[in-house]
Amino acid sequence: MSIAGTDLGFTDSAVADAPVAVHAERSVASRRIVTAFGFWVFLLSDVVMFSAFFATYVVLVDMTAGGPSGKDVFNLSIVALETGCLLLSSFTCGMASLGARARDDVWYYGGMIATAVLGAAFLLLELRDFTTMIAQGAGPTRSAFLSGYFALVGCHGLHVTMGVLFLLTMIAQVYAKGYRADILRRILCFALFWHTLDIIWVGIFTVVYLLGVAQ
Amino acid sequence: MTNGKTGVPLYRDDIAPGDERADGREIAEGVRGYLVGLGLSVLATAVAFFLPGTSLVWQPSIPAALIVLAITQMGVHIVFFLHITTRPDSVNNVMALMFGVFIVFVLIVGSVWIMSNLNHNMIPMERLMHTHR
Repeated sequence: MSIAGTDLGFTDSAVADAPVAVHAERSVASRRIVTAFGFWVFLLSDVVMFSAFFATYVVLVDMTAGGPSGKDVFNLSIVALETGCLLLSSFTCGMASLGARARDDVWYYGGMIATAVLGAAFLLLELRDFTTMIAQGAGPTRSAFLSGYFALVGCHGLHVTMGVLFLLTMIAQVYAKGYRADILRRILCFALFWHTLDIIWVGIFTVVYLLGVAQ
Repeated sequence: MTNGKTGVPLYRDDIAPGDERADGREIAEGVRGYLVGLGLSVLATAVAFFLPGTSLVWQPSIPAALIVLAITQMGVHIVFFLHITTRPDSVNNVMALMFGVFIVFVLIVGSVWIMSNLNHNMIPMERLMHTHR
């Protein structure tokens, strides 16, 4: 199958070339679908893991042990900036996906580099936020609430760090090997990973920061 | 493409999560979907960040409004960024998503329910320390 004049690896060429009956051909999904679906199932299990951290946080949110509550330590303007970075990076990641699809270097590299810069900006803001809190005596050892907070938000931060490394690897692989079908599958997996992290961040800024300040 | 015997249209293959059916489309047309997603997300985020600091709305409604906005925004991301839609070629991706959402719901609601019930039934800490003295 050809889309916009390019073979995206939607069909495995070995399968497509074989003289098989129509229903047999239908029963074999392309490698692109199998790979992306497997990665999608992995991401959903990752989301289930995050939900356990969310549940822990929500259960522990009032256990401040006489220490600061969310209202005392959260800085909403920094959180708004972090949110802007991740949201825009999701958009630029989409531009990079379109670029990879069309094998357009400007859109692919431009989108990926913009995504990397925005992801790094997010991580720097979050790191600064964490160090400020720890310097104020609101580190993860202060109370059960803060342990739950650092576990949840820190776990998301670690995922973003892994995502940036994944992203840089994909830039290097396209640079070294070109838009091969296997590389395009990895780019699709990266895009799924990055968009899913943004969805988890929507949960974090709502449940942790906005509800924490509103209550 | 149709099945030769029955004339029923076949979905020749399913679609990978994250992919979009884009026969013969140019980059510019793909950009439009992402722009719609970005616009809706920015709107939902802006309203959500505006709510905690304002006195314009009835205060007890704010937590519920924030949760509704978050779920809306997650839906926007799933449709416009992840391209998980209700089209028949995406049904496997939706089924996996539904299962994930179910587990997440059971885990979070179940934990909050059980733990608040336990907190409610616990002997107050002062009396507990008194009995063990």
